[in-house]
Amino acid sequence: MMQAVPIYLENCAKTFTDGTRALEPVDLAIAAGETLVLLGPSGCGKTTTLRLIAGLEQPDAGGRVLFGGEDVTALPIEKRNVGMVFQSYALFPNMTVAENIAYGLRLRRQSAAEQRARVGEMLALMRIERLADRSIDQLSGGQRQRVALARALAVRPRALLLDEPLTALDAKLRDTLRFEIDSLLRELGITAIYVTHDQAEAMALGDRIVVMDHGRIAQVGAPRDIYQRPASRYVAEFIGTMNRLSGHAEGEVFRCPGGYVVWPELPATAREILFRPEDTRIAAEGEAASLRGTVSAAFFCGDHVRLFVDVGEERPLVLETPARREYRHGETVALAVERHGLMVL
Amino acid sequence: MPRRQFLLLLLPAALFFSAFFLLPMARLFFIGASGESGWLAYLAIVTDANYFRALWTTLAVAAVTTVLTLAISSIAGVFLERHRFPGRAALVAAMTLPLAFPGVVVGFMVIMLAGRQGIIGEVFTMFGGERPIFAYSLAGLCMGYVYFSIPRTILTIMAAAEKLDPRLEEAARSFGATPWQVVRDVILPGLRPALISAGAICFATAVGAFGTAFTLATRIEVLPMVIYTEFTMSANIAMAAALSFSLGAVAWLALAVARSASGSTVAAAG
Repeated sequence: MMQAVPIYLENCAKTFTDGTRALEPVDLAIAAGETLVLLGPSGCGKTTTLRLIAGLEQPDAGGRVLFGGEDVTALPIEKRNVGMVFQSYALFPNMTVAENIAYGLRLRRQSAAEQRARVGEMLALMRIERLADRSIDQLSGGQRQRVALARALAVRPRALLLDEPLTALDAKLRDTLRFEIDSLLRELGITAIYVTHDQAEAMALGDRIVVMDHGRIAQVGAPRDIYQRPASRYVAEFIGTMNRLSGHAEGEVFRCPGGYVVWPELPATAREILFRPEDTRIAAEGEAASLRGTVSAAFFCGDHVRLFVDVGEERPLVLETPARREYRHGETVALAVERHGLMVL
Repeated sequence: MPRRQFLLLLLPAALFFSAFFLLPMARLFFIGASGESGWLAYLAIVTDANYFRALWTTLAVAAVTTVLTLAISSIAGVFLERHRFPGRAALVAAMTLPLAFPGVVVGFMVIMLAGRQGIIGEVFTMFGGERPIFAYSLAGLCMGYVYFSIPRTILTIMAAAEKLDPRLEEAARSFGATPWQVVRDVILPGLRPALISAGAICFATAVGAFGTAFTLATRIEVLPMVIYTEFTMSANIAMAAALSFSLGAVAWLALAVARSASGSTVAAAG
């Protein structure tokens, strides 16, 4: 187990010297041992937030960063004892794998025996024992990221900070490493802050997700909350796919170009309603088909078909349906929407 | 690539190499042995005390020049690469200006700075101190060579500094590295290939520099001056040729040793 500390950001804003506001004043509490994912498109302020926590950037006057009870705002990264993992791995090319992992221990003036023991532990933890004496340029991307994790964890940091660690890897390796990082963080119980623009990664790894937009926090919550109860259209559209119908309310009935949707809780002022692809399905035979459209694309995915149906909206509705039946471009289909999945934002 | 095409494309390099290097060098090599002492002329550089001293002076001046040049260029190069400020472009241009100066002009500038009427002397006398004159000493010669060499190295180092991954420094700092440890563990290893190649050029240039030495080395014997004297004053063409050849060989050897001692020159990997 690692020493886990809670981390607090109080009123942390960041304005760069050229006047760009990278981050509006932000308050954030990260529980000890929690994995918090900062999610958003590039330029949303997620990396700046991470760098404030790391001590690579200082917040504007008035902002405070706390590790547990300790105010570390004025401390540079050298004094914060955090482990960092970068997208570009940032391994020292002039050192072997073992020397990279031992680097932090060497700076802490640990004895050779202590260093060797800890490096051995870390190599075993990441299952890269056989790479110990390799030079960095002999490693694959996945191996490099394992070494980077081992190096960051070797010094028993107070928090682990990961800046898009999987972005440079190919899809399959990304899946494997995502799984490994997830079990690693759970096993170690370390406070971890993970920056990504990949919502699937955020959902899989985060205890909580912070969705960011233009230097502001758009929503904080568990992956399930954010997915099922997005606080804004921005969040709804950033996380997963969202279907949208535009029209107007007539009592419990929402009328739109493609037909209508019945929803007892429909707000009278609703101009558009939203729902997820998994709450959309092809209407069963004999069922009252309230929405009609034409198939504009059908992608066969093996176990299911991803269907795009044009219902006269700006964008086609998306749904996934069993692959048993074949769909042809231009074919008319009747759709039904599950009521529990409906929302307005 | 077909064999004929290969040979055809090799031709320009082979012609150039033969005409401007191989044939003159071979000729020089044999001229060196055409004097009274025959092939023994080639040993004179180590057996004759004057020549040997000149050789050592030359190598020492070149080595000191290389170290000073690399130190100044590294600090200035990395700084200029990392900071943007008004006048930066002009400063970089000014630092590379001496590329266009003949060695004689560089020597003249050292005299203006550290000679009998030099600026440094003026400043010292203004404060009632003694007037230091070092333009014609080893220090003055080194100064001239350094001035001459900085433009050649600083651009190479700036290009290498641009390629340094700032994340590497951040990673080192996250482990608690002090600025000096960052320089030692990240920046210098990252610059190493550039330092070796720039240093090699700097050393070779300093060994062979003539114009600056001609202006300043009135009391110092460096090999290019000795060769000049043998050639023009003593008309000892064979000795001049032998010394020339030896000078080339020694410089080449020194570079080869430096290169192998510093290991492989593999560029920093991501």
